[in-house]
Amino acid sequence: MIEIKDLHKSYKVGKNSLHVLKGINFSVKEGELVSIMGSSGSGKSTLLNILGMLDEAEKGTYHLDGVEIKNLSEKIAANYRNKFLGFIFQSFNLINYKNALDNVALPLYYQNVKRKERTEIAMSYLEKVGLAQWAKHLPTELSGGQKQRVAIARALAGQPKVILADELTGALDSTTSYEIMELIQEINDEGKTILVVTHEDDIAHMTKRIVNLRDGIIIDDRKVDQVKAKAHV
Amino acid sequence: MFSIERWSEVFEAISKNKLRTFLTGFSVSIGILILVLLLGVGEGMKNGIELQFAQDAQNRVQIWSGVTTVEYKGLNPGRRVQFKNKDYDLVTKNYGDDLEYKSSTYQRWVNVFSYKENTSSYRIEGVLPDYQFLENAGIIQGRFINQQDQDRYTKNVVIGKKVRNELFKTENPLGKLIKSNGVNYKVVGVFQDPGGDREESRVFFPLSTMQKIYGAGNDISNISFTLPKAATYEEAVKKSTALVGEIETLLKARHSVAPEDTSGVNYFNSIAEAKKFYDLMANMNLFFWFVGIASLLAGIIGVSNIMLIIVKERTKEIGIRKALGAQPSSIIWMILHESIFVTAISGFTGLILGLLLLEAVGSAIQTEFISNPEVNLNVAISTVIVLVVSGAIAGFFPARRGAKIKPIVALREE
Repeated sequence: MIEIKDLHKSYKVGKNSLHVLKGINFSVKEGELVSIMGSSGSGKSTLLNILGMLDEAEKGTYHLDGVEIKNLSEKIAANYRNKFLGFIFQSFNLINYKNALDNVALPLYYQNVKRKERTEIAMSYLEKVGLAQWAKHLPTELSGGQKQRVAIARALAGQPKVILADELTGALDSTTSYEIMELIQEINDEGKTILVVTHEDDIAHMTKRIVNLRDGIIIDDRKVDQVKAKAHV
Repeated sequence: MFSIERWSEVFEAISKNKLRTFLTGFSVSIGILILVLLLGVGEGMKNGIELQFAQDAQNRVQIWSGVTTVEYKGLNPGRRVQFKNKDYDLVTKNYGDDLEYKSSTYQRWVNVFSYKENTSSYRIEGVLPDYQFLENAGIIQGRFINQQDQDRYTKNVVIGKKVRNELFKTENPLGKLIKSNGVNYKVVGVFQDPGGDREESRVFFPLSTMQKIYGAGNDISNISFTLPKAATYEEAVKKSTALVGEIETLLKARHSVAPEDTSGVNYFNSIAEAKKFYDLMANMNLFFWFVGIASLLAGIIGVSNIMLIIVKERTKEIGIRKALGAQPSSIIWMILHESIFVTAISGFTGLILGLLLLEAVGSAIQTEFISNPEVNLNVAISTVIVLVVSGAIAGFFPARRGAKIKPIVALREE
């Protein structure tokens, strides 16, 4: 599903150039649940941004579902993001003047799905994350865990190939975190490819594979025995 | 671009940010309101000035004599020049073909007139038959002074509407005698004048009669005439200026007045004067437009500023939308749509308020120089076009800025 070869990226900081990614080789197959770990400054967020087409690499190749992601115009990037990717953020990033249902329906709006159909699809995903009765509530009326569930429903609504989650439990307490991870595992069990960026060990061990990043290179990439989040809840 | 989807997005954004939207719209409304009021007042002034000129025939020229101020041919300054019938005859003989209506007049200030127990004083003028058209006087009863009156020294007079109303009340004045200085005059006609009461409180005599009664001999006060209509306004002004110049030269030569003397022979050329006023009016209109547009521009810049703030405020939202797959063009349209909608709605509000205000206050500010302040349809339509275009301009630059924000940068925004 994801093929990355010799990926480099550096940022300009004043006069100096900061080399953040120094040759990443990495691939993800369909249906995998991978966590990318590393301390801050290890380059994990940069990697995720490049994977999410929010940022561009300087060198190296990136294939997503067989399509080479390269020299994208804004328009095509937007199109690919819409079709291929679902995002889950640490700070939820819901649009706060739209209710839960409308937030979930937003990717479908950009896929030009008709309003009625959009609402139906969005509702079914809200049901899936267990928030059907909260559909008409604004994000400000929801708890952190509920907001993240809405965000997950939104990431799923566009039926993307890959879901990218950036510290998705970073703003949640541990009980809520495990509940969210349980949902992630459930979705993965249904066959969705999911990439999770985290710096928390317990969260990482709830995935099936851990990739360790330090100073811009992968120092460790191994399969792990998945800890089911259900046991912790 | 006008899909229901986008409309609902716009309404959602507006309804969640009522104060912001109100402030944005307010500045546009005020701008349009000021524009409409200025244009209305400008139109009112134009109407007022036109009314002023409607008192007399628009292409009328009047020439009268005065006191010399320059020594000429051995004659001392300070000499009074007196026009005679012969001057009038000479002018009409030389230039008769170039003139449309012509009359010489002899004026006395006021005279007391009485009919039965009603007595009042009015201005009197001895005139020739053409004078009716020089004055723009409309005959509402009877007739004007005619050539027979002039030839036979009749004591027939034509009175103004105000004179009739005061002396005769509801009685029919035709054929009745009014008395002045012990002499009876027969009323043969009543006139009205667009100039109103002041012009209508006059009594016209045949010139010959008046000269005789007041022992004026052949003296006349002034010579008035109009020129035939020319193809264009410019041509009319040119022709009349040239003709007046020639007549002035002729009369000055006859009365030994220095060519450079500005007071021995005087004239008033309506059409040239009117042109000055119309030019002034055009400039004033230009100025009103300028001020109006400037105030509108200030409003639009205000909108643009607020749109910039809106974009800033919505940066994160824009980032989220872009992450979810929003095209840059869709971001631009989202913001543009909102700004056009807000400017159009508030602009219309300002327009309607302005029109209502003109309607309500307009009648109250009827002065000599402002009459019927109004805004015509063309102006209203052009304002609306200006509005929609300006709404688009005000929204476009902030919108493009919003669309250019990188999603990664936008998402980092807190």
